[in-house]
Amino acid sequence: MSIDARIVDDLIANDISFVTTVPCKQLAGVIAEIDTRDAIRHVPCTKEDEGMGLCAGAFMGGKRPAIIMQNTALGVTVNTLATLIQYYRLPLPMLISYRGELREPVACQVEMAVHTKAILSQMNIPTYHFHRQSDADELDPILKYTFMCNKPVAILTDATFWGGYGDQ
Amino acid sequence: MIRSEILRDMAPVLKDRLVVCNIGIPSQELHAIQDEPSNFYMLGTMGLASSIGLGLAVAQKKPVIVIDGDGSVLTNLGTLATIGNTHAPNFILLIIDNGSYGSTGDQPTYAGQRTSLAEVARACGTERVVECRGEDAGQALQRALEAGEKTVIVVKCDSGNAKMPVITMDPVTIRDRFMGAVQAE
Ligand SMILES: [Mg+2]
Repeated sequence: MSIDARIVDDLIANDISFVTTVPCKQLAGVIAEIDTRDAIRHVPCTKEDEGMGLCAGAFMGGKRPAIIMQNTALGVTVNTLATLIQYYRLPLPMLISYRGELREPVACQVEMAVHTKAILSQMNIPTYHFHRQSDADELDPILKYTFMCNKPVAILTDATFWGGYGDQ
Repeated sequence: MIRSEILRDMAPVLKDRLVVCNIGIPSQELHAIQDEPSNFYMLGTMGLASSIGLGLAVAQKKPVIVIDGDGSVLTNLGTLATIGNTHAPNFILLIIDNGSYGSTGDQPTYAGQRTSLAEVARACGTERVVECRGEDAGQALQRALEAGEKTVIVVKCDSGNAKMPVITMDPVTIRDRFMGAVQAE
């Protein structure tokens, strides 16, 4: 089974039925897979903090949410994470493409990569880093943990995890 | 007519409805005029009332009314595109457009100058967009509920704030009682 299908299977097995996304090349396969599944309502958002607002509303409406985004956007979500997701104690799995790590071809991506774990750590957000494909075995317990503790939880997925950038 | 007068006017229509209310003085005014478990007060996060309301509307069937402001919508203008492209017939966004950032001291917004939020909402894909005066807001809201169709209402009114106490309720209490109201038969 493809890694994309495995990830989406885990989302569905954990009753996640609302997903919002800002696309990333690395996450394109997961997003395409979500669109083939009737169990998940996918509402693309225009910006990641907006997406977190959608997720907050969906959760209060009875659906378990998730957001799919790139780490470069973490900075614009800091206020939303602190004053909405954490302040109101809302669970939010964040499946994040970790750009700017090993095998990265675009130098500018490194500039946010070096801040990514520091920001998450400063915000006391539980953070998991998928580097090998076998790391995805923990996605199911990570999702269970997220909805157990009602916190935002970050899952960073780097280029090595996704198998690099093709010919680059 | 200023925001607090419009909220007082609309209170009977808002009663027992799921209402997501914008940060700052709008929430303080609604809380003072008609506090209910079915009101979700934003204590922070400027700009996201419409996004929270849309997520809520997509997740369940009851009508959702978002009370937003022109300044807040301008900080999250992409929301109008997401609303315009998302099927949510139970969603009503009511923008109290007083042309100013009310909670920070009534500094002018672009919505009070050359920018028309109603035209932006239309251009972003929402078909039912209503612009009205403060005096007609309650009736416009009642009609939107009866239409059962996604609606953006832009209420053009004067700027000004009523003196109301800060909300001291814990956010988890606000969220918990709101979720109870969402689930109630
Ligand atoms: Mg205003």
